[in-house]
Amino acid sequence: MKKIKRLEMRSISKSFHGIHANKDINLFVESGEILGLLGENGAGKTTLMNILYGLYQPDSGQVKINDKTIRINNPVESITHGIGMVHQHFMLIQNHSVIENIALGYKDTPFFFPKIKIRDKIEEFSKKFDFHIDVTKKIWQLSAGEQQRVEIIKALLNGADLLILDEPTSVLTPQEIKDLISILREMKAKGHMVIFISHKLDEIMDICDRVLVLQKGQIVGEADTKDTDKKSLARMMVGRDIVFNINREKLLKGKKNLSVENISVMGDKGQMAVKNISFELFKNEIFGIAGVSGNGQRELAEAITGIRPISAGNVKMNGKDITNKSPRQIYDNGVSHVPEERIRFGIAPGLFLYDNAILKQHHLKKFSKRYFLKYNQVKNHTKNIINEFKVSTHSINSQIRNLSGGNIQKLILGREISEQPQLLVASHPTYGLDVGATEFLRKHLLDLRRQGSAVLLFSEDLEEIFELCDRVAVIFDGEFMAVLDSDDERFSDIGLMMAGSKRI
Amino acid sequence: MIRIKTTNRYNITALRSFMTNILSLLAALVVISIIFLIAGVNPIFAIYEIFSGSFGSFYGIKETITKAIPLILIGSGLTLAFRAKFWNIGAEGQMLMGAVFATWTGLTFGEALPSYIIVPMIFLAGFIGGGLWGIIPAILKIKYSINEVISTLMLNYICADFLTMLIVGPWKGKARFGFPGTNNLPDSAILGLIPGSRIHYATLILAFICAVVLAVVIYKTRFGYEARVVGENPEAGKYAGINFLKTTLILMAISGGLAGLAGVGEVAGIHHYLGYPASISSGYGFTAIIVAWLAKLNPLYAVISGLFFAGILVGGDAIQISLGLPAATVEIVNGTLLIFLIMGDYFLNNKITFTFSSSTK
Repeated sequence: MKKIKRLEMRSISKSFHGIHANKDINLFVESGEILGLLGENGAGKTTLMNILYGLYQPDSGQVKINDKTIRINNPVESITHGIGMVHQHFMLIQNHSVIENIALGYKDTPFFFPKIKIRDKIEEFSKKFDFHIDVTKKIWQLSAGEQQRVEIIKALLNGADLLILDEPTSVLTPQEIKDLISILREMKAKGHMVIFISHKLDEIMDICDRVLVLQKGQIVGEADTKDTDKKSLARMMVGRDIVFNINREKLLKGKKNLSVENISVMGDKGQMAVKNISFELFKNEIFGIAGVSGNGQRELAEAITGIRPISAGNVKMNGKDITNKSPRQIYDNGVSHVPEERIRFGIAPGLFLYDNAILKQHHLKKFSKRYFLKYNQVKNHTKNIINEFKVSTHSINSQIRNLSGGNIQKLILGREISEQPQLLVASHPTYGLDVGATEFLRKHLLDLRRQGSAVLLFSEDLEEIFELCDRVAVIFDGEFMAVLDSDDERFSDIGLMMAGSKRI
Repeated sequence: MIRIKTTNRYNITALRSFMTNILSLLAALVVISIIFLIAGVNPIFAIYEIFSGSFGSFYGIKETITKAIPLILIGSGLTLAFRAKFWNIGAEGQMLMGAVFATWTGLTFGEALPSYIIVPMIFLAGFIGGGLWGIIPAILKIKYSINEVISTLMLNYICADFLTMLIVGPWKGKARFGFPGTNNLPDSAILGLIPGSRIHYATLILAFICAVVLAVVIYKTRFGYEARVVGENPEAGKYAGINFLKTTLILMAISGGLAGLAGVGEVAGIHHYLGYPASISSGYGFTAIIVAWLAKLNPLYAVISGLFFAGILVGGDAIQISLGLPAATVEIVNGTLLIFLIMGDYFLNNKITFTFSSSTK
């Protein structure tokens, strides 16, 4: 195969269920260049790269290598064209050694005694790019950074001229990031090209030659890193300057409602996802947590509502300690929760609508008498939610999995809000809702606030955050970069804070 | 080139569900027919013999009802466990443990007590025995995340050998003249039969009551609700604040307990003493898995599917005699039916489409 000198994607479009993930995207990358792809979550970066890697087929548009149009039907073809990809979640077999993992994907692996031949090859590459890696170790014994290097060797060994790295630094320690950067520089010097996906401005500025900014599936900006600065990149990424447009009435802060003291929470991969965060919430207040998703929001919400254990620190509700209490005890203390992964946590898909309408409330006196559920009341309650929140369904006797995502969400929201919680923890409550439903829901949140509840709102939608919240915290990598009143002028730099480059 | 695409089916109507079951049963019959052919038997005749043997005569019907009693009891108990996605494969052992507890109670207290006291006592003892044996894998699963399929299955063997140890050792009865087995239960502890049959009506009535009560438990109570939520989506169960340990313990106590009741019926209604495990159970605990599955995990339907499979057991006995087929035939028939019912479920929940495209290569 001829070496890739220039790769080009022309007017690539791809939509899922009628929603554009990529729209009319043009990009090129040349030998010896590192191209950054910058954008918020859901901007379409990964979709675009999956097209290049052959995992998806574009609806329209072409991919050209050295000015020749090619078709990539699957990852194997992509590899033969010289494209390699390191996914955000590594595709390695944990119980096999480094050498075995590399031999598995390698095209010239001999049938007998595969390891002997491969070992020499790996050593050669390790030396060339300065990887330090013990090839006989099992994958599970390696750190995330080492695993990533295994993935990179795998790609290079298969002859990758173009290496795609999808959020490569999200799992690395600062030292490992430095190592990765020097490896990438080495590759660049040897004429490889790299596409580097990230939503962290510092790294993009540090590593890349050129950067493309994606927003809602479209390219909204392009710049050479030497001609631009973080501030203008941040503006391109977020899409606008922040406008302070607040219709909500001024309310005096009520009594203290929730207090979170120095809590730390583990993430799924055993890393600290929330690091020593403290804040307080008052009645008649909406407190927003802004940030690119994956920076500890989910863990924080789950810790407060009792789904995830808290490693250190305290959570108090109205002065009562609710740290690591069961979800039901926390609910009974007045905390409702609209989870981020609604389908995963929020519903029992095979059960009826009315069963799902009382998921967290079924133990309340209203709905159960001794051992029995009061299905008449339950059904009336369900009908009320459906009417009030405009859930479209032909019957409350249908399984909830027959409903669309948006309608499931409305039911969950209705369920959690209609009980007048003292505190509502809402994660991305309007994500995936249409304009009307969004407006309706925001009004509802403001109503809750007026009636004396507090709302803890996690959102990536800055417009939503600033429209609704009295105070806003910006979270990055498990820490608050700033906690300010939402009309504070300093929020003009919120893009920088979300990218971890500025702390107030 | 043919591409096969599967998509989730969302609107599943009762009619479609029913028809899928019928089609699965028919498809299974086709495969069973092939097996009969290989064995050198006319399949149509063999299948006819099975159903005429079980439902075609007064004697056959009486036998079918007799065998349906344990199947209904165990099967309806299993519907509860399976609803919560607790795969209890150990009903066989739970049933035997029920028989052990009942025998001990009957032999120890039966002599001195009248029927109306000792009979409820042995049923209670059987429920406790089966329930305790069912609770063990529940604790293992929740506390130590040990897979319940393995633990319930293994506990079957432990229980069977424990029972064997009892009847060849400490519990061996003088009246057995050296053969393994306990003495007969005292007359007061023996269940009455419908005259001219082996139907121990007390257990039959109990089986119907249990099926109805379980239906109420599953569909109307808070506990049933929580079990269903846990089965549908454990993550949602956690989010809803459901206590997994408590829920699982209760449901396995009930599921095992009902199997224990079936064991009581077999010992006190049919055999009158505790003998070898194979003579007491003949695999009811396993057949009941298919009963629960065919019943779509609804205990009321388990009454019907229990009768159906009892018919196959009785008919299987009939073709052993009339066609000279081995005893394993019935197991093959049952196993094939289960496989096809499970496959049917897949096709019920997923829509399969084939697209034919001319290959470009």
